[in-house]
Amino acid sequence: MTEHADSATVAARMERRWGTVSIGIILALVFMAAYIGVHQGVMPQPRVETVDPRTLHIAGEFIESNLGTAAEPDGSVTVRAIGQQYSFTPQCIVVPADTQVTIRATSADVIHGFLIEHSNVNTMLVPGYISTIVTRFPAPSERLMPCHEFCGAGHEGMWGRIKVINKAAFAKLAADQRRMTCVAQ
Amino acid sequence: MLHSKRLILSHFWLAFAGFGVALLLGEWQMFIRSPLHAWIGDPEVYYRSVTAHGTAMAYVFPTLVAMGFGYAITEAALKRPLIGGKWAWAGFALVAVGTVTAVIPVSLGLASVLYTFYPPLIGSPFYYIGIVLVVVGSWIWVALMSVNLYAWKRANPDVPVPLAMFANVAGSYLWAWTAVGAAIELLFQIIPAALGLTTTIDAGLARVFFSWTLHAIVYFWLMPTYIAYYTIIPRAIGGRLFSDPMARISFALFLVVAMPIGVHHLFADPEVGAGFKFMHSVFTAFVAVPTLLTVFTICASVEIAGRLRGGKGVLGWLTALPWRNPMMLAVTFSFVMLGFGGAGGLINMSYQLDASIHNTQWITGHFHLIFGGAIVIMYFAIAYDLWPHLTGRALDSFEMMRMQLWSWFIGMIVLTFPWHYVGILGMPRRMAFYDYTDPAIAPQALSVIASVIGGAILVVSGALFIAVLVRGHLAARVEPGEYRFSIAVHQPHRVPVALNGFGLWVSLMVALTVINYGFPIVHLLSLSNTSVPVVTIGAAGR
Repeated sequence: MTEHADSATVAARMERRWGTVSIGIILALVFMAAYIGVHQGVMPQPRVETVDPRTLHIAGEFIESNLGTAAEPDGSVTVRAIGQQYSFTPQCIVVPADTQVTIRATSADVIHGFLIEHSNVNTMLVPGYISTIVTRFPAPSERLMPCHEFCGAGHEGMWGRIKVINKAAFAKLAADQRRMTCVAQ
Repeated sequence: MLHSKRLILSHFWLAFAGFGVALLLGEWQMFIRSPLHAWIGDPEVYYRSVTAHGTAMAYVFPTLVAMGFGYAITEAALKRPLIGGKWAWAGFALVAVGTVTAVIPVSLGLASVLYTFYPPLIGSPFYYIGIVLVVVGSWIWVALMSVNLYAWKRANPDVPVPLAMFANVAGSYLWAWTAVGAAIELLFQIIPAALGLTTTIDAGLARVFFSWTLHAIVYFWLMPTYIAYYTIIPRAIGGRLFSDPMARISFALFLVVAMPIGVHHLFADPEVGAGFKFMHSVFTAFVAVPTLLTVFTICASVEIAGRLRGGKGVLGWLTALPWRNPMMLAVTFSFVMLGFGGAGGLINMSYQLDASIHNTQWITGHFHLIFGGAIVIMYFAIAYDLWPHLTGRALDSFEMMRMQLWSWFIGMIVLTFPWHYVGILGMPRRMAFYDYTDPAIAPQALSVIASVIGGAILVVSGALFIAVLVRGHLAARVEPGEYRFSIAVHQPHRVPVALNGFGLWVSLMVALTVINYGFPIVHLLSLSNTSVPVVTIGAAGR
């Protein structure tokens, strides 16, 4: 009987040890995520901003003449884009390499996805809300930019492109255009 | 002794019939979107199939397995006939009618919105009403589990609730509460729009409500599997359950921490702020705790079986295990897939890493590995274990069972590993076709073909599974004896009040949900102009 009781104590001790290790692993992961979030500013988009999809084309930030890439006075660029069944506007986004890029996008109808392959740009476009993502592309390249959320039967055909060009080439573009795209280039 | 054999068999057979059809649809989709087939021409047909596959696999199949298994546990663990058999049949009928009601508009192309709904896309109201009926049918089951537990407790004061029943009721409460999110979305947002009563909908708010259901539903699917780990496997392989209280703690923790974490599905969404995203990320990390406890307890229980069978030394118990026993194979494969799937899950729930794989084929690979792999392979094991008790006939096609489990495991690995890989490359989800002539997509073609082969292996395995069960109905009559659950090394004579009931855990579950979802929901409700026009599916031009 005492042997039985001993084995129960041993078992309880083993369980406690394993439980402590488990919680330790989890706490370490949570701490790591919090630390990186705060110190490297790596975190999902933080703010909730709304926009009315019924008036997107009439007024405000997402009117057609304002879509595309804008050079900002501080040297960064801002990309404004819209997703709709079944394309992006603009279909081809042009940005300079090694420059801070702020992408602001929304949907004109249903839910779409916005992903740039081989990068961490990956967000949802929800009608009524503005998605913001800040990123930087290290070198010139051309990448696919598919919609990754089911948005209707034509979803499979909703692919855009993004062209990362070198800073000098982008500066030349920016010299005579207010909003830049690489559509039909 | 199982009394309600026909009730339980009906649940299992309807579940497995739906599973079989959905499995074929799944493999058809894999083929259509692969380089082995030309562009489908009418992608809408593909999305009908995706909607039917998801609806059957996510709502109908696991719900019916949980219900049937729940009735079996109630009678076998409490050792008395089920109270409310007529209600149980009513619940079953609701699930069956709901399934048919939902499937008809889907197959007509009137509700190709996928099982995750995606408003402002709106399909036929019958699709949503069908799903509501399925959920209402399952809520009858939840109520019956509760009624049976408390009737037994009144008749047996001072006796611990059997572990299998404790876990079963925990699973039913988890489902009752997690289904509320989607129910609110359907009843207050989607169905009014589908009936034409409203013309706008807040898509962001709908996503928040759906996320309430979307994550914890996975733990509802998981419950029968975990119940099998704890209460069937140790007995079936000749071992003992290492610890009864630890098992109860794991199930109670699932109840508490599975719920308030669904916003990790919305990390990439614009309608929830960073604070609550981080909070849900933390709670998602904590849901790994009951799984880590389970891995420990089950491995220890299996080791006991190995040692009882004469295994010696540090690893000798492994070779002494009954490797030809289908239950041993099932739990091993399940654990391997749980390991890989769990590791992938840690990436998905990570506040930072999620962005690299969100909504890519990685995610599809992940939940097929966890649900279709680790969870469903134990559904097979549960059916194999229960079948002789339900049919009164021998289930002795052991060679076929082993082939079935091996092929399911291999098929699932061949299906999902390439899926994960192309996800990392950025391959998006839910595409009826990819332009493999595009140099950026061409390198993914081989991986997609590998997944088609994995899916084909799964179809063969699914057919074997059905064949084993059918043979079980035709085999020689046997007296299977009493249906027993695992016995713990230290079988408890008393357990703490908290681990014998649900008051504390259900209160914590509700409170944490209110805390973690309250602010995001109230915040969205307080915003004006976030409702957008609905976009009707399948109405015009078809």
